[in-house]
Amino acid sequence: MSSSSLTVQGLAKRYGDFVALAPTDLVVADGEFLTLLGPSGSGKTTLLSLLAGLVPPDEGSVRIGAQDVTYAPPYERDIGVVFQNYALFPHMTIEENIAFPLKMRKVAAAEAKKQARAALEMVHLPHIAGRYPRELSGGQQQRVALARCMVYKPSIILMDEPLGALDKKLREHMQLEIKRLHREMGTTVVYVTHDQEEAMTMSDRICLMNAGRIEQLGTPADLYFRPRTLFVADFLGESNLLPAALGTRVGDEAEIRLGSDGIPGRALANGQDLPAGSAVRVMVRPQNLGVARPAGDGVPGVRGRVSDVMVTGSLTKVYMEPLDRALPPLVAAFPTRNEADAIRIDDVLALSWNSRDAVVIPDAAASAGAAKAA
Amino acid sequence: MTMPRSAGRRAAPPAWRKPVLMGAPVVLLLLAFLVYPVGQLLALSVYNGEGFTLAPYKQLFSSSLYVTVLWITLKISLATTLVAVAGAYPIAYLISIAKGPAKSRLIFWVLLSFWTSFLVRAFAWVIILGRNGVINGTLMSLGIIDRPIDLLYGFGAVLVGMVHAMLPLAVMTMLAVMENIDRTLPRAASTLGARPGTAFWTVYFPLSLPGVAAAAIMVFVSAIGFFIVPALLGGRRETMITQLIIDQVQQTLNWGLAGSISVLLLTVVLAVFVLYDRVFGFSTLTGETAGATHNRDTAMRRLGGRVLGLLGSASDALLGLFPRRRPHGTGEKPAATLRVLVWAMLGLISLPAFLMVPLSFGNAGLAWPPTGFSLQWYEQLLQSPLWMQALTRSLVVAFGTGLLSMAIGVPAAFLMVRSRMRGKGAMLAFILSPVIVPRMIIAVGLFYVFAQMGLVGTILGLVIGHTVVAVPYVVMTMTAVLRNYDTRLDLAAQSLGARPLAALRHVTFPILGAGMLSSFLFAFATSFDELTISLFSSGGLSATLPKQFWDEVTLQVSPVIAAVSTGLLVFVAVLIYAADRLRRRSLAS
Ligand SMILES: Nc1ncnc2c1ncn2[C@@H]1O[C@H](COP(=O)(O)OP(=O)(O)OP(=O)(O)O)[C@@H](O)[C@H]1O
Ligand SMILES: [Mg+2]
Repeated sequence: MSSSSLTVQGLAKRYGDFVALAPTDLVVADGEFLTLLGPSGSGKTTLLSLLAGLVPPDEGSVRIGAQDVTYAPPYERDIGVVFQNYALFPHMTIEENIAFPLKMRKVAAAEAKKQARAALEMVHLPHIAGRYPRELSGGQQQRVALARCMVYKPSIILMDEPLGALDKKLREHMQLEIKRLHREMGTTVVYVTHDQEEAMTMSDRICLMNAGRIEQLGTPADLYFRPRTLFVADFLGESNLLPAALGTRVGDEAEIRLGSDGIPGRALANGQDLPAGSAVRVMVRPQNLGVARPAGDGVPGVRGRVSDVMVTGSLTKVYMEPLDRALPPLVAAFPTRNEADAIRIDDVLALSWNSRDAVVIPDAAASAGAAKAA
Repeated sequence: MTMPRSAGRRAAPPAWRKPVLMGAPVVLLLLAFLVYPVGQLLALSVYNGEGFTLAPYKQLFSSSLYVTVLWITLKISLATTLVAVAGAYPIAYLISIAKGPAKSRLIFWVLLSFWTSFLVRAFAWVIILGRNGVINGTLMSLGIIDRPIDLLYGFGAVLVGMVHAMLPLAVMTMLAVMENIDRTLPRAASTLGARPGTAFWTVYFPLSLPGVAAAAIMVFVSAIGFFIVPALLGGRRETMITQLIIDQVQQTLNWGLAGSISVLLLTVVLAVFVLYDRVFGFSTLTGETAGATHNRDTAMRRLGGRVLGLLGSASDALLGLFPRRRPHGTGEKPAATLRVLVWAMLGLISLPAFLMVPLSFGNAGLAWPPTGFSLQWYEQLLQSPLWMQALTRSLVVAFGTGLLSMAIGVPAAFLMVRSRMRGKGAMLAFILSPVIVPRMIIAVGLFYVFAQMGLVGTILGLVIGHTVVAVPYVVMTMTAVLRNYDTRLDLAAQSLGARPLAALRHVTFPILGAGMLSSFLFAFATSFDELTISLFSSGGLSATLPKQFWDEVTLQVSPVIAAVSTGLLVFVAVLIYAADRLRRRSLAS
């Protein structure tokens, strides 16, 4: 039996008429690192609070291992929570704050003190043990909150944007620290962040949330390369989303016709089971979009007029207006090259991509529009 | 991994049990010892033991006496309210913008007046205004007058005494709202181009209006039920309506008439409150929504806005006449004129009680100026069994009241802040109703009910009676304290493994400690200074300190009073100082 897996079934929370979390199913494996990602107000904290038992659900159940803990109070769950607003006790010193969970677990005072010191050492704050929370900066408070949660080695740790207030360097250090702890202790971690990069680098799986429901759940690569909805494609990284009509299936790929000219092409079908002729979008990441001087006028393909060129250090980004007005503006990115063959504004370029790098995504808005028109 | 007790538990615990347990004590207390007694008293006005009667009302309206007294009462209360609120505004304003030790000093002096017994303060005016009093004595010794002038027993004396009694209350009520006004707003206004006067009158002042309104109604309602000042400082023509009720109960034993006067008084008070709710809404009373006045009358609003704008330009023009001392406005420090004005007023309201100190050490009685030095009044005081028993009884009753009010009021405050139950507004209004119902009506009603229950003259009766009037203050102060408390800290403690009781012990109570202490002291002091209920319910022989004080000043004035007053003053000062020290220690730790 996996004792610290989390199983959520039909879990829902409403505030009055407002649905903070629609009925949700989710399984977090023992020892997994799962990240909840999503825009502000999408229900990440709500889901986390339900897992921790900080608020009661309206329906559904939560199990830890085989135990039903839906209505069990937080102190019976052996979880650790790092709160979005730290929630350090203002009347206790930092050391007392960190020793608090040990004291609650009846650890002898001397031992608790030793462990608290070690935890402070870990977050690089050994010198502030005697201070009070209000005497710390936001970032320091956040690290104390982390230390307080980790000091008693709970089998499940829930973290609500634990690194939000840190600068880049410290943040990267703490990310490593959290990963190390996760690895060494085999803790199950549910992690909330706004930062896509953080989500991608740290997680086993990412749970992308939108408006109180799970939009897609999968490995970082799943979400990045095989988004199942436009929302996911749009939320994670930059993407080009080209409107197209779906043709016939060829193996795991599908024929597509792009834009108003019906330029033929291919893309990964992405497991989507859509009838031929459906309106879809084809997603191509900027780094997978090749640009070249057009070879000749007869060759069909997507052409774009350069509207802007930006050199962002190692990458050059080229923004283009497609000649086919039915296509949205596009962006291509490639390693910055020597300026000999520099691309200039108003140049017309031919665009290409490998069909393995293009993905079909159903276009909910377009099919809704079509349904209305019919 | 151990998770006892939770396995297989699917049902949520019943949600109604906790609120009921938390709310029931205060509701039962008020039903039994507020609603029932007051109801009894009101019923007595239409029921004469055999059947329905309107005789008391015929008596009430047949002579012009009662209506005249009601009119006088309203006049005095209104005048008191206007002067007290106007005087309190600059004090509260200065406190709200002051910082650090300056703020603590200001608050200390306001609190000292606030908690110094009404009796001591009223009696001090007898000494000041009397024929041999401070003013006459001083003027005569300076040769300005050669015969004492009559200052006492007139409208002026009553007004001075009433304002003095009510001013600290007005300051404290206003301050609750002013402290919540976002200090950046007037500053934002000045960056938007408003000059200081305009910024004050068009931004700060409107935001502070709910505080002014709350202070006004608190003062008005307290004043209308007050009898100490008119009884000590007023003449025949300053008799107030509560004094008539005392007469009916203590002298003529006419319960019917006492009941009908109470109905009259209560009607007036309720009318004032309905009006208040119409204009400002009750929520302003607990300082809940600073600035969110829902002024429904838009024409009034526009007119008000224009008047404030004019006031703003006028004060800017006035300020423009003076040379600027600092190039960039007044900055952070409050203007010197304001500070001088406020300290002068604080001096004035503190002075009367302090006059008792030299008198208590003199050997010439209560005439001014004091002469010689002796401790004879203190010796008399210590040797008087009456005073000593009264002191002991008051301490016991006040302590009991503090404990009982906390036991009942704290859970109710938790309920008011934390729960999302329906009808919370109505419940809060009910809990606060002992503040609204004139104290005299509660006192007479309780006396009637206590007499039936055999509680007159008992400590228990006094504790219950005082708890009825103290519990709203406990709920109010605890509600304010709890609102500032971050409930996530409890959740954090629980997630770290603390069971609910451990979370209470290690997190909630230590953080709320100072607030709870001040609530307790509030209840303690309310009881310690309570006269109205004790006047009736302490019975003839088992007086409390205020009751003993009252008996002395109304029957035979002796300099022992000065010694008692000095003792009370010191006691209150030590209490405030200790409470402040404790508060600061808990903040620092
Ligand atoms: N106690 C509450 N009462 C009413 N609505 C609430 C309450 N708590 C949360 N909500 C609402 O539920 C929705 C989800 O909130 P939640 O805190 O879960 O968002 P979040 O994804 O954590 O956002 P953020 O990234 O900004 O922290 C929000 O629209 C919020 O306004
Ligand atoms: Mg959140």
